[in-house]
Amino acid sequence: MADTTTRAKVRWGLLDLAVVVFALTPVLWIMSLSFKTPATLTDGKFIPREWTLENYRTIFATDQFVRALVNSIGIALIATSIAVVLGAMAAYAISRLDFPGKRMLIGVSLLIAMFPQVSLVSPLFEIERQLGLFDTWPGLILPYITFALPLAIYTLSAFFKQIPWDLEKAAKMDGATQGQAFRRVIAPLAAPGLFTTAILVFIFCWNDFLFAISLTSTERSRTVPVALSFFTGASQFEDPTGAICAAAVVITVPIILFVLFFQRRIVSGLTSGAVKG
Amino acid sequence: MADIVLDKVSKKFPDGTIAVRDVDLEIADGEFVILVGPSGCGKSTTLNMIAGLEDISSGELRIGGERVNDKAPRDRDIAMVFQSYALYPNMTVRENMAFPLRLAKLDKETITRKVEEAAKVLELTPLLDRKPANLSGGQRQRVAMGRAIVRQPKAFLMDEPLSNLDAKLRVQMRTVVSRLQKQLATTTVYVTHDQTEAMTLGDRVVIMRGGAIQQVGPPQELYDHPNNLFVAGFIGSPSMNFLTATVDEGRLRTALGDVPIGDRIRRELEGADAPRDLILGIRPEHFEDAELIDEETRRRGAEFTAPVDIVESMGSDKYVYLSVEGERATSAELEELAADAGAADFSGAGSNLVTRLSAESTVTEGEDRRVWFNLEKIHLFDPSDGRNLTLHEGRAAGALAD
Amino acid sequence: MSINATPAGADVAADGTDSRSGRHATVPAQRDNRRRKVPLSENKRAERKLGWLLCAPAALVMLAVTAYPILYSVWLSLQRYDLRFPAEREFIGLENYVTVLTNEFWWTAFGVTMLITVVTVAVELVLGMGLAVIMHRTLVGRGIVRTSALIPYGIVTVVAAFSWRYAWTPGTGYLANLFSDGAPLTERASSLAIIMLAEIWKTTPFMALLLMAGLALVPEDLLKAASTDGATAWQRFTKVMLPVMKPAILVALLFRTLDAFRVFDNIYVLTSGANETSSVSMIAYNNLIRGLNLGIGSTMSVLIFITVAIIAFIFVKLFGTAAPGSDDGERR
Repeated sequence: MADTTTRAKVRWGLLDLAVVVFALTPVLWIMSLSFKTPATLTDGKFIPREWTLENYRTIFATDQFVRALVNSIGIALIATSIAVVLGAMAAYAISRLDFPGKRMLIGVSLLIAMFPQVSLVSPLFEIERQLGLFDTWPGLILPYITFALPLAIYTLSAFFKQIPWDLEKAAKMDGATQGQAFRRVIAPLAAPGLFTTAILVFIFCWNDFLFAISLTSTERSRTVPVALSFFTGASQFEDPTGAICAAAVVITVPIILFVLFFQRRIVSGLTSGAVKG
Repeated sequence: MADIVLDKVSKKFPDGTIAVRDVDLEIADGEFVILVGPSGCGKSTTLNMIAGLEDISSGELRIGGERVNDKAPRDRDIAMVFQSYALYPNMTVRENMAFPLRLAKLDKETITRKVEEAAKVLELTPLLDRKPANLSGGQRQRVAMGRAIVRQPKAFLMDEPLSNLDAKLRVQMRTVVSRLQKQLATTTVYVTHDQTEAMTLGDRVVIMRGGAIQQVGPPQELYDHPNNLFVAGFIGSPSMNFLTATVDEGRLRTALGDVPIGDRIRRELEGADAPRDLILGIRPEHFEDAELIDEETRRRGAEFTAPVDIVESMGSDKYVYLSVEGERATSAELEELAADAGAADFSGAGSNLVTRLSAESTVTEGEDRRVWFNLEKIHLFDPSDGRNLTLHEGRAAGALAD
Repeated sequence: MSINATPAGADVAADGTDSRSGRHATVPAQRDNRRRKVPLSENKRAERKLGWLLCAPAALVMLAVTAYPILYSVWLSLQRYDLRFPAEREFIGLENYVTVLTNEFWWTAFGVTMLITVVTVAVELVLGMGLAVIMHRTLVGRGIVRTSALIPYGIVTVVAAFSWRYAWTPGTGYLANLFSDGAPLTERASSLAIIMLAEIWKTTPFMALLLMAGLALVPEDLLKAASTDGATAWQRFTKVMLPVMKPAILVALLFRTLDAFRVFDNIYVLTSGANETSSVSMIAYNNLIRGLNLGIGSTMSVLIFITVAIIAFIFVKLFGTAAPGSDDGERR
């Protein structure tokens, strides 16, 4: 199958280019807008004529954005850590142990992965109001954990299945206790899987809009995506476009860094859980 | 250094299946014992029980005279080499080999010295700082061996350690394992499904089937004096030929013509419940081109003529495949052996005889050839239980014995 | 051979390594009987306990945050319950359902959602397959292609939606004047097209990744064999690759269909549901959070849940044994 002629390379190169352009254009566009001055904002040019950092200064000066950024980071990190820990426990059981109810758990988590989140919005809205969780961090963390768990369980059990568990036996033969075998042999091998899962879950939490807009009402727990949609600019009469774009770029940066550094892992994480083989 | 004794050891799984039943085996200090059998015969389970990786359901296991049934693997002081090598991928070769020593809390200098010694023995010194991922199959195998020998355990357990290597390397490593074992004189239990490995490596071979021991003995003894049909068919390559035979008027009627039987066999067959139908077994090397036989030898055998199917010239001798009429021999043992060889559903019509003739033979494909076989070397088996009827006090004596 | 199977032979079968004995017609039945009778060993029981213990937290959280609320939402949907008029709260049976199901806006939103779902998933399947092939087989720059394809997947939907919104905003955007002089986001057809474009851009990479996992399962030798057998590239694709990839394709379609049905973020940012571009999620949200009508909002939630369940059910029927997770019981 290997057709390595120059023509084939050029053809693939062009296809690659098409993909890259398709994928990056909207991102570059919003970056471009974020660097434009108010005067040139509406010139319709893809590349800014005058560059400015004013928009970034503006958003970091407003409490509205900084507070939302803190909320976003805090909520996503907490939800991710809890989901990965709980997911790892369940995934270990699923991939290593035999117990009744295992298939049931797999089925339930599959159902939740496909669950329409909006169906939960109304009852959660009401329940959280009664419990006093509405517009708080835990009020968002809980649904995030729930919807991240199926993802975590699937990805992690796929990773755990790949670990050569023979090594545990080998370690025991080499004189290790159960604890030592886990700490010195299995844990280092499981770490990459945990890390990849953490990235995927973080992206999920970072991304959410529906829960965030429905279950918050003030800056107390509003996350950046929601704050963006409420942006009004420094004064009521100012066009918020530049500020929105700057804020958008700020919350896109971590994602781009993840993707740049961990492309391979994210791809393997996303694909391993979905398809058996 | 220690002996290993299995005293009526059984393994019963939670779902009720019995993987190993009442295995009695005494392995002397420094001895090299091979457990061999088709997949599912219980050999690996037995090994895992010795290792402590599986619980013993009943019976007693003693290492160096001490009962170790309830001891954790780490307290048994035995090392194991796994089929998958089970090298720790996150550690270098050096760290892999040092791992058991570090767990044993030896001081740094001793560890370095011991690892380097072991590496030297196995010619691993230049690879010490590599990760397992950057090693070839043969190198990984050697690291696995190195990790086992480095702490000088009481015994080595090896679970098909060579089966992931390609054929050539396997032969080479076989001699390495053999030399190493002699050099260290450490008790070794070695599991394999490959009868060639079993024949070439061990001091003694244990053949297992369905969780039970079939026969224990030095390789040559198993080859010459198989207890039963299973052992006869399992040991030897190409394997023994099996034909149906019927007892009729003091003679055996077979596809190779009538075969006379000696007094002893006749007495065996006179009992009321003695089988009328038997299975005749002849090894390929006990045939010879009738033209090349001197008179003295000729009298000890019988002759027949059969069409020559295929001739494979090996240089030293010739494998000649002959077509013979008549039914194929059938029994549970033979079915199991065929299935293990992957040939259960693939056998030409009629029976095919594999013979090993002298290189000087002028046999050609397609002709009818007169072939002699040695009656002193044939075996007769009872198809119902597989028992070797020609065996007398553990010695096979052929059909003519008096 | 099936008759004279020795007991020993039968025992070996359950060892797991021996497939041959499956041919004994009588053995599996015996074994099943035995399995039921034998009490659990200490080991087995400990394993069960550990399994439950490890799964319990995850299972509890998932059930607490989904099962209970969904039941609660059924209960809410049977009531007149408007937070602006809490005094009028009462049990009214299925009246809310009648209200919703006879409401024109609901059916418009339902139609819009279905349209978006069908069009985007169909387009994504084709584009995603192309992208998967490119990511899998490209001779140059595989890393770059994969990395850039992941960016739409990772990026916050709201951010991408804003990018598209400004791109099509007259005066500001580079795309605004592409087709007409008007404002595309103020007309229904063009708004829907843009919403779908935004959806497709965002989720094609995910589809492509799932499909790529399927592509990786196609053995290279099989393709070689097909080409020596004289199959053209297209025939190799349809006769060799697609059949092997079928489970992967079904998984990708299921996930994407249900995901597309939930479309919300893009619509919220791009049109806010103006010009009849609301999806079902959008109007449920509007009734609930903006209208504060818990009764009607919950009714819509329940209806959406039922619709999704029906779609999932149809897919699972199509899957048969290829459903994800169906192999986990046997394989350890």
